Amino acid sequence: MQESPQPRKRLLRVKLNGRWREDAVSENQFLVDYLRDVVGLTGVKTGCDGGECGACTVLLDNEAVPSCLMLAARCEGRTIETIEGVAAQGRLDRLQRAFHEKLGAQCGFCTPGMIMAAEALLRRNPHPTAAEIRTALSGNLCRCTGYVKIVESVQTAAELTQ
Amino acid sequence: MNGGMTDNAKRRGVPLIDGVEKVTGRARYTADLEHAGALVGRIFRSPVSHGEIVRVDVSKARALEGVVAVVTGEDCPHTYGVLPVAMNEYPLARERVRYRGEPVAAVAATDAETAQRAIELIAFEVRELPAYYTSAAARAADAVQLHANKPGNLEREVHHEFGDLRAGFAAADLVREAQISCAEVNHAQIEPHACLADYDPLTARLTIQSVSQVGYYLHLMLARCLEMDTARIRVVKPFIGGGFGARVEVLNFEIISALLARAAAGKVLMQLTREENFLTHRARPQTDTRLKLGMRRDGRITACECEVVQRGGAYAGYGIVTILYAGALLQGIYDIPAIKYDGYRVYANLPPCGAMRGHGGVNTRHAFECLLDRMARELGLDPFAVRRANMLQAPTRTLNDLMVNSYGLAECLDKVERASRWRERIGTLPAGKGLGMACSHYVSGAAKPIHWTGEPHAVVNLRLDFDGSITALTGAAEIGQGSSTMVAIAVAETLGVSLERVRVIAGDSALTPKDNGAYSSRITFMVGNAAIDAAAKLKSVLVAAAARKLEAREEDIECTAEAFRVGAHGQSSLPFIDVVKAALVDRGPITISGSFSCPPEAQGGKHRGGAVGSTMGFSYAAQVVEVSVDNATGLVTVDKVWTALDCGHAINPLAVEGQVEGSVWMGMGQALSEETHYVNGLPAHASLLEYRVPTTVESPPIEVAIVESHDPNGPFGAKEASEGALAGFAPALVNAVANATGIELNELPATPDRIMQALVERRRAARLAAAQEAAS
Repeated sequence: MQESPQPRKRLLRVKLNGRWREDAVSENQFLVDYLRDVVGLTGVKTGCDGGECGACTVLLDNEAVPSCLMLAARCEGRTIETIEGVAAQGRLDRLQRAFHEKLGAQCGFCTPGMIMAAEALLRRNPHPTAAEIRTALSGNLCRCTGYVKIVESVQTAAELTQ
Repeated sequence: MNGGMTDNAKRRGVPLIDGVEKVTGRARYTADLEHAGALVGRIFRSPVSHGEIVRVDVSKARALEGVVAVVTGEDCPHTYGVLPVAMNEYPLARERVRYRGEPVAAVAATDAETAQRAIELIAFEVRELPAYYTSAAARAADAVQLHANKPGNLEREVHHEFGDLRAGFAAADLVREAQISCAEVNHAQIEPHACLADYDPLTARLTIQSVSQVGYYLHLMLARCLEMDTARIRVVKPFIGGGFGARVEVLNFEIISALLARAAAGKVLMQLTREENFLTHRARPQTDTRLKLGMRRDGRITACECEVVQRGGAYAGYGIVTILYAGALLQGIYDIPAIKYDGYRVYANLPPCGAMRGHGGVNTRHAFECLLDRMARELGLDPFAVRRANMLQAPTRTLNDLMVNSYGLAECLDKVERASRWRERIGTLPAGKGLGMACSHYVSGAAKPIHWTGEPHAVVNLRLDFDGSITALTGAAEIGQGSSTMVAIAVAETLGVSLERVRVIAGDSALTPKDNGAYSSRITFMVGNAAIDAAAKLKSVLVAAAARKLEAREEDIECTAEAFRVGAHGQSSLPFIDVVKAALVDRGPITISGSFSCPPEAQGGKHRGGAVGSTMGFSYAAQVVEVSVDNATGLVTVDKVWTALDCGHAINPLAVEGQVEGSVWMGMGQALSEETHYVNGLPAHASLLEYRVPTTVESPPIEVAIVESHDPNGPFGAKEASEGALAGFAPALVNAVANATGIELNELPATPDRIMQALVERRRAARLAAAQEAAS
């Protein structure tokens, strides 16, 4: 019998964007590759060679994490949220609306990660100062906006919460 | 102009028409495209900086299970490049490698692990040659030539002289020189390069989806390198995660992907790592500038002499244009009676440089604005006064025959001077704090296309069908700058319909008319004018139909807010959809083409290289930068930036602000922290941790003021808004550091080590002077 060169897989159970699911994943598969290649959530972006840019940021049990540094297998039984789970009932979420209307997104490639990082911030601190926003987003690089309208977008979203 | 948009939307601007896709994660960038069954492409790269290829043995790689195709330089005997006169690069090296990381071979395999294993099985034998990593080393008399036809390792020398230089310097009260160098920088767009190539052997057709800013160039180069009929190639642009010039040139991996797809008779997805993005490079070269200016006591510039040496990397790329821009853009911003320029574009064994936001002009402008400030200080003049003493009067033509029809620089100066409270604050700031300012400009599109065909410079097609929707088809690449939104606004405004009625399809060679693409900030001016032309033609068809229905004369028909009536206050009105139906009765679904061309008088001087720098209109910018300098660590913090940009007319003010903020900030990256660093040709900077793009924490608030000088030829009076403000940042920062500390920095970026060295040298000089005084 021939041995497949692919590494053996195991079953992963996660609550992803509000629904439990089970998938076969390799022991060495990163969360970002699981989300993009197995589930098809391509809103999660890869912008670097690991932990440099923040484009792949997702929420893991409410915390913003770079999914390119997290093994999928480590997420067993945990709650994962991506940009695809943010809009509900056909309406943009407050951050999505603010990023759209205030031009917090130009090319849009960093936007999903940026919004998830901002979402984690607003959950733990609903009314952040500009400095707190800048600190919370300091792991997410944007090359288009100079961050001016990103900070404005998060401030606007925080006001929409009130 | 008709009332397609509300006054509020006109004043503040509108969100991008593709913005919802971006904030929901639905936008599909190249790596996100459906690619079931696609093979994974990987590139084998040269491990040495310079050498003659002895052997490329791919037999073991080819034999590996799961490897479907392997290609080498043998598979493509054709060069490619962006300039028809300087295509000296092969997609995969042949005979010689000239930089570490140059593609040598490539594989397509069923999965990434197999592709990587195959790469490791490639045997590469090379006879090493001496390698040169600086312009000086490459230009040394005994240096080996990188290219047989380029003695002295010079890609191009430029020698231009306009006006009477000798008389100019003789008329000066002060003549000063500066030697200023700027490190090489990279675009570092957040989306890594990617390409999905699909070759169907049954129909012999190739479809390529790639990150290109200019699908048209890619189309041409694929046909050339694969020896294919252009009619069998389709180039599609998905969403693109930033460009900044990185993707104007056709890139080696795009052609390699196509070669692999054809060899594999299928689909290949190539995704470059961030490290490979830095190796692909094509960005702003390391530059040494020697600048000499003559100035009268009143601040009037009498003469300018400038020598620029650019370390261009291993291949021609855009080099000739970059070195010409560096000289041409000395002009068009101030009134200078005599200008001499000597430019040298040098080959070195490093990744090739190319176009980057502010192409060619940024480093020269930096040197110029720094020296201007130093001379102002020496003469006791205010930096604003010196700039004001040298304003152009539009309309005019520069010494090198560039057209200036609108000029809002004086107003830009007024705005930032007031906003920053310059007059009250300059000279009164606490120790370690400083204010600096500078001006800059940029072209609104190169008036002469690189690939000269005689065709119009931009074409937009409009479709109108029974459903009443208007589809604008444009080849102009939306890369995040908002160009598709600009096209939609231009069409809606001209027709007097709501923005929601207009859909824009951009960048698909099977659907959209050819376009010269997203470079030199040409889209607003050229494509905007073509869109207005198309919409005006469509409008005349609709007006004729409305006139028939309303039994009135065409010249009496008015259309506002999607209703046609006789006269502005006519009693009976027809809704838009009824007029569409009436218009379709005659001719069925309507397709109408609009175009724009820059007239010959806009295309620059007759001297060699005179077309570079030519444009229909320049944007102008002024900015003030406030800094704090930590005199113990040398750390420069930017506290605040005030910028004003003359974009002629802001078609979408929100997008203009976004572009100005982004360009100012990109200038800040170059000024403060970004630089490449090679160790024996190995890029030591090739990650986003080592290559220091500013984060939210280092980035200041940026205040933007828009100045509207209403260019007579611009669409609604508009000019470019995406590049003009970039070049002013670095000199404004260096001038602010001088204001804070007295240091005159001659190198970019202004990193703590460079600031500390300058501070230490100054302290040492002060101690030495004090000791000498005590001894005497």
